[in-house]
Amino acid sequence: MGFLDIKQATKSYGAVKVLHETDISVEEGEFLVLVGPSGCGKSTLLNMIAGLEDVTSGDIAIKGRSMLGVKPADRNIAMVFQSYALYPNMTVRGNISFGMEMHGLAKPEREKKIEAVAELLQITQLLDRKPGQLSGGQRQRVAMGRALTRDPDVFLFDEPLSNLDAKLRVDMRTEIKKLHHKLGTTIVYVTHDQIEALTLSTRIAVMYGGHVQQLGTPKEVYDNPANMFVAGFMGSPSMNLFPAKVAQANGAPAAEVTLRNGETALLPFAGGSMAGHDGRDIILGIRPEAITDRDGADRNSNAVHMIEATVELTEPAGSDTFVVTHMGGRDITGRFRADVQVEAGDRFPFAINMEKAVVFDPETEARVA
Amino acid sequence: MATAPTSRFITAGTGDPTQPRAKGPRLSAHLPRVILYALLTLFCIYYLLPLYVMVANSLKPLSEITAGGMMALPDAWTLAPWQSAWSTAQIGVEATGLRPYFINSLVMVIPAVAISTILGALNGYVLTKWHFRGATLIFGLLLFGCFIPFQMVLIPMARMLGLMGLSGTVPGLIFVHLVYGIGFSTLYFRNYYAAFPTELVRAAQIDGAGFFRIFWRILLPSSGPIAVVCIIWQFTNIWNDFLFGASFADFDSQPMTVALNNLVNSSTGVKEYNVHFAGALMAAAPTLLVYIVAGRFFVRGLMAGSVKG
Repeated sequence: MGFLDIKQATKSYGAVKVLHETDISVEEGEFLVLVGPSGCGKSTLLNMIAGLEDVTSGDIAIKGRSMLGVKPADRNIAMVFQSYALYPNMTVRGNISFGMEMHGLAKPEREKKIEAVAELLQITQLLDRKPGQLSGGQRQRVAMGRALTRDPDVFLFDEPLSNLDAKLRVDMRTEIKKLHHKLGTTIVYVTHDQIEALTLSTRIAVMYGGHVQQLGTPKEVYDNPANMFVAGFMGSPSMNLFPAKVAQANGAPAAEVTLRNGETALLPFAGGSMAGHDGRDIILGIRPEAITDRDGADRNSNAVHMIEATVELTEPAGSDTFVVTHMGGRDITGRFRADVQVEAGDRFPFAINMEKAVVFDPETEARVA
Repeated sequence: MATAPTSRFITAGTGDPTQPRAKGPRLSAHLPRVILYALLTLFCIYYLLPLYVMVANSLKPLSEITAGGMMALPDAWTLAPWQSAWSTAQIGVEATGLRPYFINSLVMVIPAVAISTILGALNGYVLTKWHFRGATLIFGLLLFGCFIPFQMVLIPMARMLGLMGLSGTVPGLIFVHLVYGIGFSTLYFRNYYAAFPTELVRAAQIDGAGFFRIFWRILLPSSGPIAVVCIIWQFTNIWNDFLFGASFADFDSQPMTVALNNLVNSSTGVKEYNVHFAGALMAAAPTLLVYIVAGRFFVRGLMAGSVKG
């Protein structure tokens, strides 16, 4: 039993089931990120943990105590909202103080906590301003400050960074992570941004269509996606997914890939996986960083294979250059070192690290190997 | 370094510098404006004329009016008509002046406006932030209530007031106006609160505030503009109401509007037009005052409600 237990929890609005049976057990001090596209049920699940939405069936327990029928205020949680939800009629001090006031803390105690939190978040000079006079980043801090005063068992974040501009978002992301390290509080964090999910979390639940598609550490989710949805959703640029066929190359199983000009190339599977699947249609998944130039390839891998293919497009991105070619009828992106001399139209040898390749079933979209 | 575009490039293409300027640009350019202002002034005078006639004639002796000088300023200025209208004029059978009825109206309008506004705010809060089964239906019925003509409810309402023991009393009138007012005040507040971020209510819930705390501490402090709109609307309607006052009030509970009618219709010899004018101005003064004091919030509130909602 964990610190926060979600047991067979579901949510339906009338006949529409927006969250299917979900089981997640969060340990104390974990940073769980619920990530997925809009409408995947992640915010609904968060609101259910907060008590803002009822649980249709199943149970949610914090510290072993079932939260069914417990009011949000009595769950010892704190929540940071996407819009920050600062009370516009109160000063920053009033905003931070309100929750403590509602819980009956004496004024001197409240003042002490406000000072401490303000110092932690560096908002001391803003305490007497109204939310309307603050910038987005400052509002974000105040919203976190309000949550921090509660000393909650669980912190809930509902897409807290999505209203900030790109640079501030990265800064605040770092700050949230630092805060988690400092405080060690259990956090459940909802986002649609897979980079946020990977950088912040200790574990990720990838959600889609009201189902948890995969629950695991960032590395597990990134390296071993459970299905094509997770493979395509996590990572930027996303994983290359393209059709191939299982064939034999020198007596070992290999993926037969069609190139632009109709030629085929063989990519032997690493470690002899996919043996006995000859002739089977598969979807091959290879991350951009596993498709690179000869010198950029992973030297520790003994499954790097070269394929000569035509470069369709290059996208210099400063630190890397993304090179697009064509395999299995799809555009394939490889991540090259920035100083590799390559131009559109070149025939170029691509080094493909088959150790990092994953295989999916084209029908079920589930992982095969 | 990137070069910023110069203003020359931005403005290029607007206007045609090769076009020769007209000889008398000042007059031809300003003429439409001159005509516009002349027309506006004319209409302004036209609309203010009745007010002028009322004020001017309430300040002159009756003899000057009967002599035919209705449009002229008073020759002999006097406040006597005002004193008469306020405290000595014949209202119906008694010569009390309008004062007791003015007080009746105040005693009626203040609680009726206050309670209907607060209930409307509460209704709006519940209808938008605490969803329950049938909320839309209830709102629809309240809205429907706004559009029932007054005349239709006279007899059922008289019966109700009789059963409640409130007929012919000021509390009875308050009740009637309350019932009619809630529909409108609910409409105003519901639409205003529909645009109020629900996340704030949720944040307050997590902070531990209950139903009424959220209302008092979070919603009401942000409701200034719509409250002003609601108060002006209710005040004007209730103060100016004649039908309910004439139907449900006794002599000692009649509001100002009914008393004014009685003043004008009480014929004991000559018609004292100057007193009538003074009485009418007294009856109009409170609503005028409310508009002047709160008018600028009125427009602002209407805009806020319509644009956001």
